[in-house]
Amino acid sequence: MSTSFAKKTPFITRPMIVLFLALGTFPLWGTSVGLYDYLGVEIVIWIIYALGFNLLLGYTGLPSFGHGAFFGVGAYSYGLFQLNVFESVWLAVAAGVVGGAVVAGLVACFISHRRGIYYALMTIAFGQVCWFVSMKWHTVTGGEDGLLNVHRGTLNLLVTDASLKDNADLFYFAFAVLVAVVLILWRLVHSPYGKALQAIRMNQMRAGFVGYNVWLIKWSVFTLSGAIAGLAGGLFAIAQESAYPDVMSLHASGFVVMMTLIGGGFVSFWGPVIGAIVFFVARDFLGSITETWLLWYGLMFMGVIIFKPEGIAGAFQDFVAKRRARVEN
Amino acid sequence: MALFEAIHLHKRFGDQVVLEDISLTFEAGQLSGIMGPNGAGKSTCFNVLTGHYKPNAGKVMFEGKDITGLPPRVIAGMGIARSFQLMNLFDEFTVIENILVALPESVAKSFNIGHDIMGNSSATDRAADVLAKVGLTGRELELAGNLPYGERRALEIGVALASEPRLLFLDEPTQGLGADGTARLEELIGELKKTYSIVIIEHDMKFLFGLADTISVIHWGQVIAQGSPDQLRDNEWVRASKIGDAA
Ligand SMILES: Nc1ncnc2c1ncn2[C@@H]1O[C@H](COP(=O)(O)OP(=O)(O)OP(=O)(O)O)[C@@H](O)[C@H]1O
Ligand SMILES: [Mg+2]
Repeated sequence: MSTSFAKKTPFITRPMIVLFLALGTFPLWGTSVGLYDYLGVEIVIWIIYALGFNLLLGYTGLPSFGHGAFFGVGAYSYGLFQLNVFESVWLAVAAGVVGGAVVAGLVACFISHRRGIYYALMTIAFGQVCWFVSMKWHTVTGGEDGLLNVHRGTLNLLVTDASLKDNADLFYFAFAVLVAVVLILWRLVHSPYGKALQAIRMNQMRAGFVGYNVWLIKWSVFTLSGAIAGLAGGLFAIAQESAYPDVMSLHASGFVVMMTLIGGGFVSFWGPVIGAIVFFVARDFLGSITETWLLWYGLMFMGVIIFKPEGIAGAFQDFVAKRRARVEN
Repeated sequence: MALFEAIHLHKRFGDQVVLEDISLTFEAGQLSGIMGPNGAGKSTCFNVLTGHYKPNAGKVMFEGKDITGLPPRVIAGMGIARSFQLMNLFDEFTVIENILVALPESVAKSFNIGHDIMGNSSATDRAADVLAKVGLTGRELELAGNLPYGERRALEIGVALASEPRLLFLDEPTQGLGADGTARLEELIGELKKTYSIVIIEHDMKFLFGLADTISVIHWGQVIAQGSPDQLRDNEWVRASKIGDAA
């Protein structure tokens, strides 16, 4: 064999380092450009959420439009664990992950033989069921008001304890979680599992004929994505010191879809990251100008879908390709 | 014992009976041909044999094991691969990625997230070998969706070969190929014939008569004739349809 086509996937890449450096230092420079630490916390949480979501939408091509359910379950799991079981940030976050995974795993049992519009409709239906339960099951969820007594707690770091009361401290904790999620998901999408997800997106039937257990892969990726949503939801409960039904609503579920698409989740691992950042910057920037910022964001979303369905990451890739072509000619 | 056997298969869609009563036997090391007019039920037959559809009645046996109604992935795992009449590739993957995902080791490691699928040179070398076999050397990094028609047909066969099958089903591999492409494919299949047991559905009789050890003719959902190419040349139906002349 004269040429080898093997190309090792590095564990850490340049975009990763850029992201980690730029975002990881946010509390150091955020306030000086008029931003605030809590915004950083929100952005990090939603990046985690959107990265997990994109495993389904971008990689496997499975439209889940009720994903807020698992984010919400994660938040409730965090709160309920802290209030009723044991006072530990680590274990309560783990409860969020398990909660998201269990509920998603259950839902996945009912939808993994489907795809396309039926899949989407069923995720909406299950999402609505979860939202409804959270509204009505007062004794557990606190109904419309949610769980009110959640507190931030202290993080046991073996050698020392760190209070998460301060937003900057919470930011660093959430950011550390994000780093772990990015490293793991990067590895995952370059493993045979990641390729199988993409193969299923492109041609589910052929993936089966090649020998992949399509149902089990679809089930597992939904469950994993739900677990990551639960992780993000657990962090959200810390940030908000509460868990409430609104994050499970259809429109909240829509946000993560819009973020992922605007950012370019279909063409890039980094799409959801870009999308989450753009969403929050747009919210604060547009929100400071007009109360109807969501209208303008929605229009922007439509514009992207119409003119550049590959999203911001897609536009960037085109730009790089064009420049490279010009340099070569 | 025959390598592969279909016994009294019956398949209908609603009221429409597509396979009335099909019995076929494929021997190891042979190239078996299937022919018949449009809509005769040839592709449906393949779909039943490879697990895409369950038959309404009848049995499918591979190496003495009953595989009737098993899902495609299980049948694939036993060493049966197929290509499709309508192209069925992973269009947004590169040519070599199409082969890589179809390698048995990729499938076996489908839940191993520690494994670097693109970074394993023994796997990429094997994939490159498969591509060399189907004449796609030099095209490894092209997107499958961007290949011209003839090369897509070749890749279609490559994906089937990637699983290192013991039995290979090819559904009308010459469809849409010009004379040149067909000649090249004939050469390729002549080569594959030395190492694989193959079943081919084909309209191009010249092509099939040149390659096949035995041929079955399917019409009205039944096997109406069976035999070596020489025996079939004298067959009534083959003569009536004038396809014997071409061969
Ligand atoms: N999934 C299906 N549902 C309903 N009818 C089907 C289905 N698949 C095939 N048929 C019907 O079965 C009949 C046989 O089709 P099939 O594709 O097996 O024919 P064929 O012999 O492969 O023809 P060709 O030479 O054109 O490829 C056709 O009338 C077709 O409409
Ligand atoms: Mg056919």
